Amino acid sequence: MPDTLRVNPIACKGHGVCAELLPELISLDEWGYPIVDPAPVPHALDLEARRAVAACPALALKLTRTDAPRPVRPRK
Amino acid sequence: MSGSTAFWYASRATGVVALLLLTAVLVLGILVNRQGRLPGLPRFAVTSLHRNISLLAVAFIAVHVLTAVLDTYVSIPVLSSVIPFASGYERFWLGLGAISFDLMLAMIITSLVRGRLNPILWRAIHLLAYLCWPVAFAHSIGSSKDLQQGWLLDLSIACALVITAAAVWRLASAARQLPRAARVQAILARHTPGVPKQRISR
Amino acid sequence: MTSAPLKETLQEQETAAAGNHAAGLPRLLPLVPGVPEDLRAHLARYGRPPTGNPGLIRAVEQSGLTGRGGAAFPVHRKLAIVAQARGRKVIVANGAESEPASRKDNLLLRAAPNLVLDGLQLAAEAIGAGEAHLYLHPGGSQEIARALAQRAAAGLDRVAVTVTEAPPRFLAGQESALVSRLGGGPAVPAFTPPRVSERGLGGAPTLVQNVETLAHLALIARYGPRWFRALGTSNEPGSMLVTVHTASNTQVVEAELGVPLRSLIPAAENAQAVLIGGFHGAWLPNDSTITLDNQTLNKHGAAVGAGVIAALPADRCGLAEAARVVRYLAAESAGQCGPCLNGLPRIAAAMAVLAGSGHHRQVRNDLERWAGLVTGRGACSHPDGTVRFVRSTLTVFAPEIARHARGHCSASNHKPFLPLPDHMPLTEDDWI
Repeated sequence: MPDTLRVNPIACKGHGVCAELLPELISLDEWGYPIVDPAPVPHALDLEARRAVAACPALALKLTRTDAPRPVRPRK
Repeated sequence: MSGSTAFWYASRATGVVALLLLTAVLVLGILVNRQGRLPGLPRFAVTSLHRNISLLAVAFIAVHVLTAVLDTYVSIPVLSSVIPFASGYERFWLGLGAISFDLMLAMIITSLVRGRLNPILWRAIHLLAYLCWPVAFAHSIGSSKDLQQGWLLDLSIACALVITAAAVWRLASAARQLPRAARVQAILARHTPGVPKQRISR
Repeated sequence: MTSAPLKETLQEQETAAAGNHAAGLPRLLPLVPGVPEDLRAHLARYGRPPTGNPGLIRAVEQSGLTGRGGAAFPVHRKLAIVAQARGRKVIVANGAESEPASRKDNLLLRAAPNLVLDGLQLAAEAIGAGEAHLYLHPGGSQEIARALAQRAAAGLDRVAVTVTEAPPRFLAGQESALVSRLGGGPAVPAFTPPRVSERGLGGAPTLVQNVETLAHLALIARYGPRWFRALGTSNEPGSMLVTVHTASNTQVVEAELGVPLRSLIPAAENAQAVLIGGFHGAWLPNDSTITLDNQTLNKHGAAVGAGVIAALPADRCGLAEAARVVRYLAAESAGQCGPCLNGLPRIAAAMAVLAGSGHHRQVRNDLERWAGLVTGRGACSHPDGTVRFVRSTLTVFAPEIARHARGHCSASNHKPFLPLPDHMPLTEDDWI
């Protein structure tokens, strides 16, 4: 089952670590908060996504299960 | 210092390194919380260094304890590393070491299972860092004549000053931070200055 | 917010069946305007609530009742989710009415509290809730306490009802904010999932229903789904309470779904635009074909919402009104999420510039960018609703924006039209 990335916007304090570790799927807005690609995480980025989730100092980034089909390569 | 063995020297040396590493961990932890940066390094370096150095510190403390236990000149039961005041030799000062080691283990174990833990509980335990360091420092100064003189004393004082400065900065930063409701109004006032007070509703 | 005396805010829809509550209107509002129904009158008109009916949820499903709190979610589905859960369950009647332009819940609780309280008990029984709450707009507790005491004396309430007043915040009535408040904390939204229907007050599945929804449910329990469907459209059956704002006054009207909006706004009102759904709603041009139902309104980028209709008089400035509203919405942010906390004040500032004179193209570009940045990036729908209001303002008042850019304004009357509270939330205590 593929996973999607989600941010808990209340927990998120704008550390920006996620965007450094996963630039293919996460970018920062003009205030330093993450804009997360809502599509399922491509297989090739699975490990990076898990690292980004573990690295968030606020524990705001989550990987949740989805039923959508999953792309193999990153879209960008 | 008669009768000292290689184990005893190793224990003292790893103890000093552990104190330095713990000082670095606490400063890095404060930097992470305040979203501070290390010049020239990406953001994830700060949080990575904080975590990795804390694990390294535990490794050094493990060697520090093991070598102290293996040294035959004094009798230190291995369990006294985690059970405070269980050692015959230097009961009080080693007891402090055990307390700080217990706190360290609590912080690290809860951090390893952080995803499954209540965030408030995790944070409460992690705040024990501010207790852990002074206790470790007292253990270092009290249980070894080394740090009570010479360049090791200077080093210890330097660590204490760094920690004090970091903690003061942390407290000041928290005091300056506005609570939620006030923050909303502050940002709103900044962007819509001079807007007349809302008129009374119909 | 001061509440007007009951007599001056009630109005009945005159229909051929006026007074015959079995088929026509009014259904929820009292038969005689201005005379609230106490327990005796309520029991004389409706009889005791028909408890002990295991088919209530099915009846609600067949009736097609949707939530009257704004989201229009099918009520039977929410009931079923909580009914199917195991263990302790909680039900909350949501009468916070946090939308400043809405008065209907306030009125309903004063004019027909027993319908709401009947519905609360019936729904509690249907889902197996052992704990019931009534979450009220500020200042409503005394009257409701009297109604509850009367019911207790008559042995009507199987589950005791705890009354809590909501703080006067725009977000206080939001589901998770409500649960947070009832749990003793501030009325600020929480991150979902899990939704409150899975894990709410004290961790128990919690059913939150608007008070008007519960009143309809109390009638469906007595008269059945076919009766309910006798009014309204086939997809959106029943009646609803609507708060209508015009230059002359504000009234709460009970209307059938599907009626033309024109029929709710007196013909004498020369309205340049109509705001539908409150401050998270949308403006509509004054079009005679638009009817009070989501099927039609969705096509115009609007929705019924909590039934707020404001007919902006022709002599006012829509941009000035909108700027006031957006500044209020920005001030009412819970301030928990970065995009909302940062984006809404900037959007409010841009709206104030548009309402001023001689603005630059850059303001529109910034506004569009910020609108895109806040949408979907908060824990609740506050930024999304605000953007919906802003975007519809930019669309419907486009000619006025062009006029303002050239330094003109078509308004001759600068008196504020839309109702706004003048109390800003300055401290944490303002959210309790």
